[in-house]
Amino acid sequence: MTLPVFAFHEPGQALLLGTALLLGLGFGFCLERAGFGSARRLVAVFYLYDMAVVKVMFTAIVTAMTGLTLLAAIGLLDLSSIYVEPTRLPAQALGGLIFGAGFIVGGYCPGTAVAALATGRRDGVAFALGMLAGVASYAELAPGLDAWVSDGGAEQTLTGTTGVHRLWWTLLFIVVLALVARLLAWLERRFAANRPAA
Amino acid sequence: MPASTGPGSGARSPARPYGNPWLAGFLLGLVLLASFVIAGRGLGATAAYSALATAVAGLGGAARVAEHPVHARFWNDGAPLLSWTLFLLAGAAAGAFLSAWQGRRLAVVTERGPRVSARTRLLLAFAGGLLAAWGARLARGCTSGQALAGGAMLSVGGLVFMAAVFVAAYALAGRVRRQWL
Repeated sequence: MTLPVFAFHEPGQALLLGTALLLGLGFGFCLERAGFGSARRLVAVFYLYDMAVVKVMFTAIVTAMTGLTLLAAIGLLDLSSIYVEPTRLPAQALGGLIFGAGFIVGGYCPGTAVAALATGRRDGVAFALGMLAGVASYAELAPGLDAWVSDGGAEQTLTGTTGVHRLWWTLLFIVVLALVARLLAWLERRFAANRPAA
Repeated sequence: MPASTGPGSGARSPARPYGNPWLAGFLLGLVLLASFVIAGRGLGATAAYSALATAVAGLGGAARVAEHPVHARFWNDGAPLLSWTLFLLAGAAAGAFLSAWQGRRLAVVTERGPRVSARTRLLLAFAGGLLAAWGARLARGCTSGQALAGGAMLSVGGLVFMAAVFVAAYALAGRVRRQWL
């Protein structure tokens, strides 16, 4: 096994941060190319006339998932060396609900806000400032809540929980993606009238 | 489907349409995969904001921040700005700029629906950012770290987070319709 690279060859700080910068370059390029520097394009998914958000996210997840599964299957990649945020269901369910409210009210998520502000969107700047105020106020006001969130979580994957091999889950996700693609096309036709004129 | 045009499409130079979402998603997936196989971790975003907030808090006294239960996670031995995620987002800003420049979509505008003032839109964007920050801190990650990276790793928490995000946003979409349509 030789991957992930940094698990077997510890990088110096310059290499580490340089890698982050380069990966970020690709990250931001893809986000903007998909139209995710635009709040109206992003929230269109919630009015069902443009499902690009689901298409992009789902395709990205399945692409990375397939790559990870194949690299692990041929013995090149050590999956256990990859960091996964611990699962703590009440925290992730509650956090997801609050986050979803922020998404539809604000029009962005933390990453897409950066794509927006870098391309001139004032509302992207406002969202990013709200994020800064949010993480700062969370740190000052909610250490108790944060301790609750951090308490008792452990890495938990579908593979470990169900005992079904990663290969089967990956195949299932690919099949679901193909079915979802048809559903999305139907939704976009059905709700085309929601598209704003300008 | 008519080609989407960005909000820079004025008299000067027409904005080029966005890329095909399936192709953009595939490329984003390759970037995510590269992050996993090189660095052993997925993409993220929210930790960059926390690193900035911790850096600012550190100006008021390093000792308190280093001992603080939340800030300590981002203090990085006194160098909070040398954060992986902060550099990732700095790169993302440059990447988005390059893509928009190439696509003639750079424009200083306030994105909003036709029935809402720019001022209201900016206030709501700020409020949304504030909510999203609390949600992401509670969930220990956002659409990048939990949904994309967690989803690709089949993380149960990441998939539950993603489902909860869509549930809340669809439930509230009718109430904020005026802002967007």
